[in-house]
Amino acid sequence: MTTQTMDRPGEINARPVRHPGRWVAVAIIAIVAAMMISSLVTNPKWDFGYAFQIMQQSSVINGLWMGTILGTVGSMILGVVLGVILAVMRLSDNFVLRGVAFVYTWFFRAMPRYVLLAIMASGVGYLYNKFDIGVPFGQQIAKSLGLSSDLTFFQFNWNDYSSTVWIGILGLGLSEAAYMAEIARAGILSVDKGQAEAAQALGMSPGMTMTRIVLPQAMRVIVPPTGNETIAMVKDTSLFIAANVITELYYQSTLFGSKAFKIMPGFVAATLWYLIVCSILMVGQSYLEKYYGRGFGAPTGKKRKKAEQKIIAAGADH
Amino acid sequence: MSTPTLRTGEPLVHAVNVSKSFHDNHVLRGIDLDVYPGQVVVLLGPSGSGKTTFIRCINQLETIDGGRIFVDGELMGYADKGGVLHRLKDKEIAAQRRDIGMVFQRFNLFPHKTVLENVMEAPIKVKGENRKVVEERAIALLGRVGLADKPAAYPGQLSGGQQQRVAIARALAMQPKLMLFDEPTSALDPELVGEVLAVMRELAASGMTMIVVTHEMGFAKEVSDHVVFMDGGVVVEEGHPNDVIGNPQHERTKLFLRRVLAEDESG
Repeated sequence: MTTQTMDRPGEINARPVRHPGRWVAVAIIAIVAAMMISSLVTNPKWDFGYAFQIMQQSSVINGLWMGTILGTVGSMILGVVLGVILAVMRLSDNFVLRGVAFVYTWFFRAMPRYVLLAIMASGVGYLYNKFDIGVPFGQQIAKSLGLSSDLTFFQFNWNDYSSTVWIGILGLGLSEAAYMAEIARAGILSVDKGQAEAAQALGMSPGMTMTRIVLPQAMRVIVPPTGNETIAMVKDTSLFIAANVITELYYQSTLFGSKAFKIMPGFVAATLWYLIVCSILMVGQSYLEKYYGRGFGAPTGKKRKKAEQKIIAAGADH
Repeated sequence: MSTPTLRTGEPLVHAVNVSKSFHDNHVLRGIDLDVYPGQVVVLLGPSGSGKTTFIRCINQLETIDGGRIFVDGELMGYADKGGVLHRLKDKEIAAQRRDIGMVFQRFNLFPHKTVLENVMEAPIKVKGENRKVVEERAIALLGRVGLADKPAAYPGQLSGGQQQRVAIARALAMQPKLMLFDEPTSALDPELVGEVLAVMRELAASGMTMIVVTHEMGFAKEVSDHVVFMDGGVVVEEGHPNDVIGNPQHERTKLFLRRVLAEDESG
């Protein structure tokens, strides 16, 4: 070795930057956590035993499945389907479709869900408790023409549905569609224009271009916020009471709490169920994101190699 | 103007007095072009000369404001009912595009589909062809463009040159009568240009009718039968590549060629 190398700087053995603020924060958090744990352990009013009992009551479980989960799934299906349709309408060349979608979105985004559910359940039934499905203005036309039929095909009574989960699904689904429309629109607009052009150049119709090429790519942008919407929807099903829907987790859990004058265990039971359901949804969301992100992320190593070999082998057979 | 080598029968593409404006910008001002079956026509010109717009008009990605474009004797985009033109429905326009392949500057492969799915998509979904038959053809086409080993890759895992070759295979899978190339090598790294041009040479040699917008002078000279030089939305000069590129008559053509060739040498 020459003297030159001796002078060259060697290994770096520097002192790291100190973060005293972090240790102060840890101390504060530790104190707050200790106070909370102390409350949980020393205050008998928490009564976790009773909370766990409430969680296992059949009416609570039934409320969870037939109200909270069915309500979430139902209103999200309605919301997503209607939302995508509204988004496609918003982006249409047809000004009538564009206008309808715009007014719809405006109205339902401005409507509080609680108020909407109350209107759906009581307001609509107050205006019309029976719905006649038939020719528009059929009764008036029939009267003026002296027909025996009143041009009504069937009839249903709104009040038969007003306190069921279906009215809750309808209310929350219509509201959700307005938000999903915005999400879907952003997703569709995120897809490069060249994609639609390439599809058209291959002879695809506008509908096929949308469903086979644009929407699957838009899903990558649509899925993450839709996951958030779904999780939010789980919690919004607790608004079902506005529509007099009582087969629902929150109402059923707190019912036990108030009956036994132990309200906090009732809240805790509902809280724990909401935490469990939302945690499961978050895991599901990450899988969906992976699926719709295919072709965008890093190569999926082994799986791809296998698929390639299979295709090449199949090709060699011909 | 010299007579192109392959003028037999009816022209496959017959464009008459085509004009097109974007708002106040008059992009095409009366373009006439006939392309005969088996011909390779290269459109040259500075950017903004309207050459890309013109080939996009051929397969109706742009609508024209004036003139007529016929492909294989069929009026594009309109039905002529007793002298009155009726705009075709989207589905009818889609049907007209099936016989015309197009290759884009930015490839535009479907990123959510594998290479093989990209090639198989349109023949199955648009033409309703049998999956087995299409798969066989798709694998053969991938072999032809030198990508037999990449059927399961996603476009994002390929180089630009590979993606463009897949895009050519995808267009060919529809068994088109005519292929349009919109600056197919302009978005590529210089060292990847050759592999795409090689595929295009092979395609030209196989007798495919091609209209190519490009700045690749070598390709224009060696492969094309007919060169059209456009500027400002009009055809300035056209003819055999030896004449238009080798011995241009117009000042505008000479200037353009000097610049492009100087760039080629320095690049």
